[in-house]
Amino acid sequence: MTGKNEPNDMKRREFIGRTVLAAGAASVAPGILLTVANAKSEGEGASSDIRWGMLIDSNKCVDNCTACVDACERENGINLLQRPEGQGDEMWNAQRPQWIRKVKLRDRQTDEVTNLPMMCQHCEFPPCVDVCPTGASFKRADGIVMVDRHICIGCRYCMMACPYKARSFIHKNVEKQTVRSPRGKGCVESCNLCVHRIDAGATTTACQDACEKDGHKAILFGDLKDPESQLSKALKEKSSRQIRADLELNTGVRYTSL
Amino acid sequence: MKKLHYSELWCSSPRYWGGLAGLTFIILLGMAAAYHMEHSGHWVTGMSNQVVWGLPHVFAIFLIVAASGALNVASIGSVFGGPLYKPLGRFSGLLAIGLLAGGLVVLLLDLGRPERLIVAMTHYNFKSIFAWNIILYTGFFTIVGIYLWAMIDRKAQKFYQPTGFAAFFWRLALTTGTGSIFGFLVAREAYDAAIMAPMFIIMSFSYGLAFFIITLMSAYWWASRELGSHRLEKLKNLLGVFVGAVLYFSLVYHLTNLYVTQHHGVERFILLDGGLYTVMFWLGQVTIGGIIPLFMLYSPAFSENRFAIAIASIMVLIGGFIQIYVIVIGGQAYPMNLFPGKEILSSSFYDGAVAAYTPSLAEGVLGLAGIAIAMTLVAVGARMLKVLPETLEDPKEGTA
Repeated sequence: MTGKNEPNDMKRREFIGRTVLAAGAASVAPGILLTVANAKSEGEGASSDIRWGMLIDSNKCVDNCTACVDACERENGINLLQRPEGQGDEMWNAQRPQWIRKVKLRDRQTDEVTNLPMMCQHCEFPPCVDVCPTGASFKRADGIVMVDRHICIGCRYCMMACPYKARSFIHKNVEKQTVRSPRGKGCVESCNLCVHRIDAGATTTACQDACEKDGHKAILFGDLKDPESQLSKALKEKSSRQIRADLELNTGVRYTSL
Repeated sequence: MKKLHYSELWCSSPRYWGGLAGLTFIILLGMAAAYHMEHSGHWVTGMSNQVVWGLPHVFAIFLIVAASGALNVASIGSVFGGPLYKPLGRFSGLLAIGLLAGGLVVLLLDLGRPERLIVAMTHYNFKSIFAWNIILYTGFFTIVGIYLWAMIDRKAQKFYQPTGFAAFFWRLALTTGTGSIFGFLVAREAYDAAIMAPMFIIMSFSYGLAFFIITLMSAYWWASRELGSHRLEKLKNLLGVFVGAVLYFSLVYHLTNLYVTQHHGVERFILLDGGLYTVMFWLGQVTIGGIIPLFMLYSPAFSENRFAIAIASIMVLIGGFIQIYVIVIGGQAYPMNLFPGKEILSSSFYDGAVAAYTPSLAEGVLGLAGIAIAMTLVAVGARMLKVLPETLEDPKEGTA
């Protein structure tokens, strides 16, 4: 090699190096860009930095008010389900899906009366997920417990296992439904904290909105992991409890004044 | 001991074909019932979001539990070396396969989405005892199939002992799995008890043997073959032990529950004021399924009476069916205690209320079809395979 050739040679090497780099970048970059782009889109997976939860103040829950129940049924298309012809109230109530329901209690000792909404408690250790044979009943990274209705076989073991009677089985053909909340005969479903709204960036559930609109403000939805969230602050302020805390399921839904 | 000859079940045509036609008719009715339930959806059944497992589950669990128990006769022959039981081993294996198949068909057809069976076969959640049961059931068919082959084919005799042991342990695992379906349900007060698994094993011993005695007697009557009294007496005495053991386990289950204050409510419901369930428990499970058969099996007055043995076995089965009904339906009907210390004044979802359940005709027909499927498989299998000895006359004194 001559001294004269050396700079030329350097150029060649540089050229090869840069070409390889450029080709590499050209082939990898779209992937990265797409990933980055996707990360911002609706296709993003749930993040475990968040745990969605709720605080229900039973003192504020009003007797005979069903705003939360009605809103849930509208939001999730439950009101579109038709009662089978000739079926009585008793059986219809036992068979139709109820994602959220009102319960009225009286303390046996003090006679104190309490009203509260009951729904899926979004446990950290959900028994319904443990028992599901196919994995259709699952918990998202952000704590929402729900059913993958593509692989639910309708065995109803989750309904046997749920301590809160939170699950409903679809007993008949579905004539009308919403895009927000698709359902099918023979599958199990339950409250999913309005997952379609949350994934679209909303910060409230339908039941909370309805309760607030009626001026009761008994339901507070938010991120349990964010110490600055309204929910976390409220939980710090008041003492709350989990229903069936003895099972140590660490529920995402908590109650005060119960 | 005289050399044993096995031969296919070969009986006069009208009796065999007539029986088979009857069974097929029941199966067809069952399939029509299943179609009706799947086509319309479960709203046509008595099941709801309150009682989610109904009569089909009672039939299915009853048959699955009995299936593993029916294999016991073969196990006694090969694992525990009982010479009187060994000739019965092949039939025992066939009956076990038949009963399990019948039970699984009912279980499958009662799913919300039975057409998604392939999903159940390809998606496993290994934390679920249900998923394990799918493996246990398919494994049972395979192992008992090989076991049956090893018993029938002389060339496969080397597999006889190992498959005999494998089948024995597999059947124990299978019933443990079935019992655990309930034992693992922490939320419901009637379940959530580790004793469920061993109790289901002893229940399977009892129901399986009762099924075995009845089908064996029918097959030998069908084929006009000889069935020795001595052998039948052995089976009968063993059944008595199992029936007593089931009663004992039920007693321990309820006593342990009664010790726990939290469970007093559900115990009161089953034992005292649960209406139909209380009647079913005392009259069905305890009296018809336990005390009367025990008396018939052990009373010297009936010791040689075949009719009494058959009736006792049938009563064990009826009582066993009722026992599973009380466990499955009664356990769901009793409300879960979500709010201890509180009385529930109102709820649109029947919180705190005893759930109502009236089974529909279709559910019952589907369940009966499960039994018919089991019996058809046994009848066809016994006609195709050499599972039944030509004669089961008593061995001469001192030879067995």
